[in-house]
Amino acid sequence: MSAVTSLLLPRRDEPAARPKPRATLVVSIAVLAIALAWAFLPWLFTSQDPLAGVAADALQAPSAAHPFGNDATGRDLLARVIFGAGNSLSGAAIAVLVGLLAGTAVGVLAGSIGGLVEEGLMRVVDVLLAIPGLLLALSVIVLLGFGVTNAAIAVGVTSIAVFARLSRSQVVRVRRSDYVEAAFGSGGTFLAVLGRHVLPNSLGAVLALAALQFGSAILQISTLGFLGYGAPPPTPEWGLLIAESRDYVASAWWLTTLPGVVVAAVVLAANRIAAAIREATA
Amino acid sequence: MSVVIRPAPEAAPPRWRPAAPPTARFALRRVGQALLVVVATFVLAFLLLHALPGDAIVARYASPELGLTPEQLEALRVAYGADQPWWVQLGLSAGGFLTGDLGTSLQSGAEVSTLIAASLPPTLALAGLGFALAAVLAVGIAAAATFAGTEWLRRAFRSLPPLFVSIPVFWIGIVLLQVVSFRLGLIPVINASPAEALVLPVVTIAIPIAAPLAQVLIRAIDDTLAEPFVIVARARGAGPAWLLGREVARNALLPTLTIAGVLFGELIAGAVVTETVFARSGLGRLTADAVATRDIPVLQAVVVISAVAFVVINLAVDLLAPAIDPRLRKEVRA
Repeated sequence: MSAVTSLLLPRRDEPAARPKPRATLVVSIAVLAIALAWAFLPWLFTSQDPLAGVAADALQAPSAAHPFGNDATGRDLLARVIFGAGNSLSGAAIAVLVGLLAGTAVGVLAGSIGGLVEEGLMRVVDVLLAIPGLLLALSVIVLLGFGVTNAAIAVGVTSIAVFARLSRSQVVRVRRSDYVEAAFGSGGTFLAVLGRHVLPNSLGAVLALAALQFGSAILQISTLGFLGYGAPPPTPEWGLLIAESRDYVASAWWLTTLPGVVVAAVVLAANRIAAAIREATA
Repeated sequence: MSVVIRPAPEAAPPRWRPAAPPTARFALRRVGQALLVVVATFVLAFLLLHALPGDAIVARYASPELGLTPEQLEALRVAYGADQPWWVQLGLSAGGFLTGDLGTSLQSGAEVSTLIAASLPPTLALAGLGFALAAVLAVGIAAAATFAGTEWLRRAFRSLPPLFVSIPVFWIGIVLLQVVSFRLGLIPVINASPAEALVLPVVTIAIPIAAPLAQVLIRAIDDTLAEPFVIVARARGAGPAWLLGREVARNALLPTLTIAGVLFGELIAGAVVTETVFARSGLGRLTADAVATRDIPVLQAVVVISAVAFVVINLAVDLLAPAIDPRLRKEVRA
């Protein structure tokens, strides 16, 4: 049998037989841990000032003293990336929280009440899904104004629909199970059964989605920052860092390349961890 | 629950006949649902964007530098219809949309429909070429991920889509510009011919589209190769090329179509970002500028038009699906 035809055999069971590649997961957890440490304790990782530059160091290429080089006003780029982690990651956390809380509330309400309420809520969810994510985020930003928190909320609004759909389907699934019927049958009130049985059993899949949304929220917030609707200029924010360096694209490659690599690494790590959580909860 | 023992299907004649064939009823229901979503989107977009504190006219023209008197401001508000209660404005706006009048831009005073018509062609060229390149990339990645010579190579290709979705699109554009134009000097930055100027933006917009497309294709190929009919076809002597062309291609079409709506959203977002990075004019740039200047009528028109396009795409996919996959026709009837 040639190599090509052997590939045409069913391969569905193969991954189960082979040990899963865990190395990527370990690396991902390390990457995310470092990014979180940057966000909470930035001053531990750099002695440089992210906001004040030394004019003599302007546009210096990466060196031992400045591993990521310096920007046009002589600020240390690594310090700006490290201090930027706080803005970018807290923004992503706010976005996930907004989507998780609002979306789950809508989904649980729709799934547990049913009837016309469900019909109405899910049509609103259809509308939120029909508007492309970035346009929805931009509409919310026009409504709220520019800024880090507003950009985070806008990104959160775009994920309400997916959280609502998932949590509704989970609630509907749990509601149909025998033990929930039994809990109602043995005199449980609606809220008691919802709190004790339906919510805890619906949460696993929703949390796995939250982990996945975290990575995509980092990406979307950096996009809004790049477009200029997020943090105002001197603030170190990952998307804005890349936007600010566009004018030096011909002379200073490190200004765009290195922050972009950091963003991609963190998003990749978050997505890998989310996949692991999904496998564990499924 | 009691168990009912049913007679064998051929023993029981159908008790009733539906007035219309189920597929037609399904289509009608689906069209109605789509219309409802479009109307609801319009109302929501209107209410959302008109919930701004104060009204947009005052926000734009009340700045002291313009030196407008309160009377002139009031005249402007009347001219734009901003003095009417919100539900009258909603009705006027809806009537306008139905007759192709999308209002006037607060920023430039031009007709929104003119602005959109002018910026549509460059964006269509960008999005169309980007989508075509993405399709080629995705098929290439999916084929390599399944049929590449060594396990190591196949894994490498399989990890490309997750990598592509993790990279910021604007960063891809800037890095391409840096490497291709500045370092290698392959495409001039100034005085590039229209075709040359399209190359990098098309590559940039294609990458975020290729990623989900390749992911769906890889999964579809995996699933199809595990199907019993493929094993039968192999047993009857079908080679890999025959299998790919006949069985896999046909079975991968439907899962690919179902993400058409998602891809459309990616194209819109990609156009906004790509046109900003490469300073191209188009619908994306128009949108970004409308946000920067809080030009509500323009943003509302873009949002509503893309929502309509999204709904129409998904409607078309749902209606086409039974035509592509006979198994779905049965499910509708059941």
